[in-house]
Amino acid sequence: VIVQRPRAAYWFVAPALAAIGLFFLLPVAAAVLLSVTDFDIYAIADRANLRWVGGNNYVRLAHDPLFWTALRNTTVFVAVAGPLSIAAALAVAVVVNARSVRWKGFWRTVFFLPAVTTLVAVALVWRYIYHPRVGVLGYVLGLAGIAPIDWLGDPTWALAAIIVMALWKNVGFNMVILLAGLQNIPERLYEAACIDGAPAGRQLGAVTLPMLAPTLVFVAVMTVIGYFQLFAEPYVMTGGGPANSTLSIVLLMYEEGFRWWNIGPAAAIAFVLFLIILLVTALTMRWRRST
Amino acid sequence: MGSEGEAVQHLVPEFERRTPGVHVHVQPIPWSAAHEKLLTAFVGGSMPDAFQLGNTWLPELVALGAIEPLDSRIADSAVPLGDYFPGIMDTNVIAGRTYGLPWYVDTRLLFYRDDLLAAAGDAQPPKTWDAWRATMMRIKAAAGATRYAILLPLTEWQTPVILALQQDAHLLKDEDQYGDFESPAFRRAFEFYLDLFRRDLAPATSETQVANLYQDFAAGYFAFYVSGPWNLGELARRWPPAAAGRWMTAPMPSPDGTYPGDSLAGGASVALARGAKDDAAAWQWIRFLSEPAQQVAFYRLTGDLPARQSAWTDAALAEDRYVHAFWQQLQRVRSTPKIPEWERIATAIAQYAETAVRGRMSADDALAALDRDVDAILEKRRWLLHRAAGTAAETR
Repeated sequence: VIVQRPRAAYWFVAPALAAIGLFFLLPVAAAVLLSVTDFDIYAIADRANLRWVGGNNYVRLAHDPLFWTALRNTTVFVAVAGPLSIAAALAVAVVVNARSVRWKGFWRTVFFLPAVTTLVAVALVWRYIYHPRVGVLGYVLGLAGIAPIDWLGDPTWALAAIIVMALWKNVGFNMVILLAGLQNIPERLYEAACIDGAPAGRQLGAVTLPMLAPTLVFVAVMTVIGYFQLFAEPYVMTGGGPANSTLSIVLLMYEEGFRWWNIGPAAAIAFVLFLIILLVTALTMRWRRST
Repeated sequence: MGSEGEAVQHLVPEFERRTPGVHVHVQPIPWSAAHEKLLTAFVGGSMPDAFQLGNTWLPELVALGAIEPLDSRIADSAVPLGDYFPGIMDTNVIAGRTYGLPWYVDTRLLFYRDDLLAAAGDAQPPKTWDAWRATMMRIKAAAGATRYAILLPLTEWQTPVILALQQDAHLLKDEDQYGDFESPAFRRAFEFYLDLFRRDLAPATSETQVANLYQDFAAGYFAFYVSGPWNLGELARRWPPAAAGRWMTAPMPSPDGTYPGDSLAGGASVALARGAKDDAAAWQWIRFLSEPAQQVAFYRLTGDLPARQSAWTDAALAEDRYVHAFWQQLQRVRSTPKIPEWERIATAIAQYAETAVRGRMSADDALAALDRDVDAILEKRRWLLHRAAGTAAETR
C-alpha cells in the first residue's frame, strides 16, 4: 500500500501540473522561441518571411536607447514607489489598527476604495487634478506661492506624478494585507511589553515589526513584481510621454508587440523583464532569509 | 468601424431591397480594436467579405495578401474613378493596382478663430507660411504669456509631415528603403515647425494634456488648430452658444504661394477580402456604398465627407460654410509613403520632433537619429526587396 502512495499523489497533482504546463510553461517556451525570430506581419503573411535571428533581438535591445530609458523609468518607479508604498501602507495599517481609532471599518474602506476603482476613471480625475491651469493641485500649490507645474506634460515631473498616483491607488491593497498581519499578532505580547514599560515606539520596533516580518516580505515581493510590470498608469495617463519620460518596459513591449506587430523583439523584451523580476524577487527572498 | 459601423446599418435595407437574395450582415467594431481584429481575423481565416479600413492600413493588408485587387471589377462595372478626389484615390493604389474604393474622406486643415484674426488685423486666413507666421506673431503679442497662437499637440505627427509634403520632401528614399529626413526639404519644414515653439507661438503640450479642446478653443487659449472633419461635428455640438460664429475653417497655407497648400490624404476605403465567400455580392455592396446618393445619406448620418465629388453638390454639403474649405483642401491632398511600416515611422517622427521642441536634441541631431531609427525599422523591408530581386534575377 505504501508503494502505491506516490503514484496516487501524482494523480492528485496532475490537473494542476497540466494547467501550469498548458498555460504557463508552454507559452513561456513559445515566447522564448519567438524571441529568437523576427516574427512580424510579413511572417504572418508568409512563413517564408520568418527569419531565425538568434540573439539578435537581445543584442539590438541592448543597443536600443529606448529600452534603457524604459528600464531606467521602471527601475526608478520600483525603487521609489515600492518602499514608499510599503511604508505608507504600514503607517496607515498601524494607525487604523490602533485601539484608540474609531470607525475602523470606515477607514479601512476609505483607504481600500482606490484599489478597487477602475483605473481609467481614476486616470481621468487625476488628469484634472494635475492640470496646469484648472487643476486642484496647481491651485493648492499656488496658494503656497509655487508657480504652476505641468505635471504630466513636463518630462522632469511626469514620472513623479505617475508615482504619486500609483501610490494613492495601491496603498489600500498593501494596507489590507498588513492589517491582517497586524491582527494576527497576539495581544499578550503587547501586554508583556506594557508591563516591561516599553513606550509605543519601542513596541513598534520590538513587537510589531518582527512579528510582521513574514507579511512584510510577502507584501514587498508582490509589490516589486507588480511594479516592475507598470503599464496601465502611463498607458492611460501619458501614453509613455512626454519625451518617453514615463515609458515603462511593459508599455514598450506592448507597443512593439501589439501596436507594431514585431512579436519577436516584443518576446525578447518580455523574457528580459521576466529574468529581471526573477532576479529581484530572489534577492528579496534571500535578504529575508539573511535577516 | 466606430460610429460608421453603426450608421451604415441604416443603408442596408435599401441595398437588400434592390438586390434580392443578398443579405448584408454588418459587424461594427470600435476603432481602437479594429486593427487587431482585422489581423486576427486574417490569421484565423474569418475575414468579412467586404470591410472598411483606414487608408494607412491598406499597405499592411496588401502586404499580408488579405485584399483582392479591384482593377478588373472597376473596369467591368465602369466605376467613374475620375469622380473621386485624385489624391485620395491614389492612397488606394499600390504598385499600380487598386485595392480599395474610397468610402469617405478626410484631411487636415486650419480651424481658426476669425475674431482673433480680425483683431490682429487679418480679414482673410493666411495663404503663405510667411503670412501665417506673421499673423501668429501678432496674435501672440496681443494674447500675452498665458495664451498661444496655435495648438500643435506634440504627439501628432501630422502637422510636421504636412509641412514637409508641402516642401516636396520625399520622407523616404530608394524605393522607401531608407529614411530621407536629413534632406534639405524636410529640414526646411522641420525648422519652420520648431520655430513656432521657439517663438512661443505654440505651447509644448501633448494631446492628453488638453483637458477640453473645445472649451480652450472657445476661450481663446489658441487661435489656430490643424485638424480634420471629425471636429466639424464636435464643434457644432460643443461650441458654447455665447461664442457662436467665432470660428472658421480654411485650407492650409503653403511655403511657395500656391493655394491651397498640400495636406494629407486621409479617410477610409472599402475593400474586398481575398477569397471572399460571395465576392460578386460583396462587390455589389461596395459599389452601392460608393453611389453619390448613398454617400450623401451617409454624410447626413455621420458627418463623414463623401469620397465622390458629385455628392458634394448636395445642399447639405454645398451650403455648409465650414465644409467649403475641405472641398478646396481635398483637391490638394497627398498620400504618405505606402508601406506597412509607415505608422511606426510616423510615430518616430512625432517623437523626435518632440525631443527637438523640448530642446533635448538639436534639430540636426534629431533628424540624424530619426534617419537612423527609420533605417532600422525598414531593415526587414530591405531584406524582402533584396530577396525578391534575387529570385527575380534567378528566374531570368
